[in-house]
Amino acid sequence: MTAISPTTSQAAVRDASIAVAEGRAKARLRRRHALVIGLRLAILVVFLGLWELGADHNIIDPFFFASPSGIWDQIWVWVTEGTSQGPLWVQIYVTLEETFLGFVIGAVGGIAAGIILGRNRLLADVFSIYIKIANSVPRVVLGSVFIIALGLGMASKVALAVVMVFFVVFANAFQGVREADRAMIANAQILGASPFQITRTVIIPSAMSWILASLHVSFGFALVGAVVGEFLGAKQGMGLLISTAQGAFNANGVFAAMIILAVMALVVEFIITRFENYVVKWRPAPFNEQGT
Amino acid sequence: MQLQPMAAEKLSQAALPADAAIAIDDVTLRFVTPDGHMMTAIRDFTMTVARGEFACVVGPTGCGKSTTLNLVTGLLRPTTGNVRVMGSPVTDISRDIGFVFQADALFPWRSVIDNVAAGPLYRGMPKAQAYELARDWIARVGLGRFEKHYPHQLSGGMRKRVALAQTFINQPKILLMDEPFSALDMQTRTAMQDELLGLWSQQKSSVVFVTHDLEEAVALADKVYVLTAGPGTVKSVYRIDLPRPRVMADIRYDPKFVEIAKVIWNDLREEVQLGQSRTLQTGH
Repeated sequence: MTAISPTTSQAAVRDASIAVAEGRAKARLRRRHALVIGLRLAILVVFLGLWELGADHNIIDPFFFASPSGIWDQIWVWVTEGTSQGPLWVQIYVTLEETFLGFVIGAVGGIAAGIILGRNRLLADVFSIYIKIANSVPRVVLGSVFIIALGLGMASKVALAVVMVFFVVFANAFQGVREADRAMIANAQILGASPFQITRTVIIPSAMSWILASLHVSFGFALVGAVVGEFLGAKQGMGLLISTAQGAFNANGVFAAMIILAVMALVVEFIITRFENYVVKWRPAPFNEQGT
Repeated sequence: MQLQPMAAEKLSQAALPADAAIAIDDVTLRFVTPDGHMMTAIRDFTMTVARGEFACVVGPTGCGKSTTLNLVTGLLRPTTGNVRVMGSPVTDISRDIGFVFQADALFPWRSVIDNVAAGPLYRGMPKAQAYELARDWIARVGLGRFEKHYPHQLSGGMRKRVALAQTFINQPKILLMDEPFSALDMQTRTAMQDELLGLWSQQKSSVVFVTHDLEEAVALADKVYVLTAGPGTVKSVYRIDLPRPRVMADIRYDPKFVEIAKVIWNDLREEVQLGQSRTLQTGH
């Protein structure tokens, strides 16, 4: 038996060619990234351009379907001169406050209920039927009940946002607790953890991915709850702005409010993603992180 | 067949010594499956592990090897018979027990040092002291440079090292291991077996090591229990008189080792065949 070893000459040549290949691969990645961004912008420009052109030539009736320039003018007027219900910032602030309160209360309640029921099989078996029933009620309808019971102020919108958020977060937290790894729980138990320590250090962290996933969706739901609540009856807020614009057949107003709501949702979504990355920094990076 | 005197001595199950670390006495465990059938996991099972002894349990798949470990932890209670750990009946999870799992049971959201410190922290040790101890144990398993890493950043072998440190830091008098190295490649497994024997020889804990790999069992153990195809019971017990310290990379070429493995394999083979044919018939 003879050992065969490779020759070590030409190592420098090999290193140099690797460096060149690396440089090329990086340039290719950069070009691809630029292409993606460029195409995205192009689609936006084409879409808005066609819409505007169509509106100018009355192919798309701007009275019903608005036009990009009309929407922009409307937003500009709201920003500079304020809306019929007062400054735009106040409307945004009111809606955000309702959304945020409803989101926090609903999420905290949902997480707590999910963990308690997830950890206690008897409670889960007893309550599961009621949760199913409550979950099958179309929750937006509850908005009317809340307006009657809680009045036109903030409380009725917060309540609607809470019920919108609660069930989504609850279902995910419950599932997350149930999916916690058996071996990991047994490990903690044998290492000496009490039931409370197991909940705090094993159950909650392992349910966290599930809970965070639900927070993304449920913030949108909270916003829907708040806006629909305002729609049904309010003194201030973005929902009222939409409902006023609708009453005046002001399509530009409806679209303008919609875009402002979308921007609000995107900003908060961004903040939640940052929070998520901070909380679950232990997680391996997903496969297709680059390029987005 | 002829037994050589006496690398692998077949033992008869004598009366249980009173001072054994683990004494499982004539235990039968039955449970009701979700579809209402009575399942017997193990029957008439007797096993003793003396203090500081390394016992391995081998047997065909599904014969109740892991069940024996759960009897010792108290996570399962015997239907008949009794289990004593360090002389007293098992009631709750004993603080003397450490358990290394087959699956990855590290907490993925905790760094290496937080994982290793978990045991002492759960048991109420002050934080500074727990982390100092954890640092010491991480160094002992050779991961000093990886304290701040998360489990997903480590290789399978490194994660097992963390799991060993996490278990040994509690200084368990009884160490239970459920096929801990079965997911590792051959070279890593050999290294981990050496690591384990090194840690064990310092701690002198009593070990029950469950494996389906007979060679691993012979290489590690003082005593090998061969179980029958399920419902499992002890078929035979062998004392392994290979000198210690043992070096895992070399021991498998030792003629005495080969001879012992052959003897026990002859005993185990028919159970494995029985277990496999049964699996093929019943589909589970």
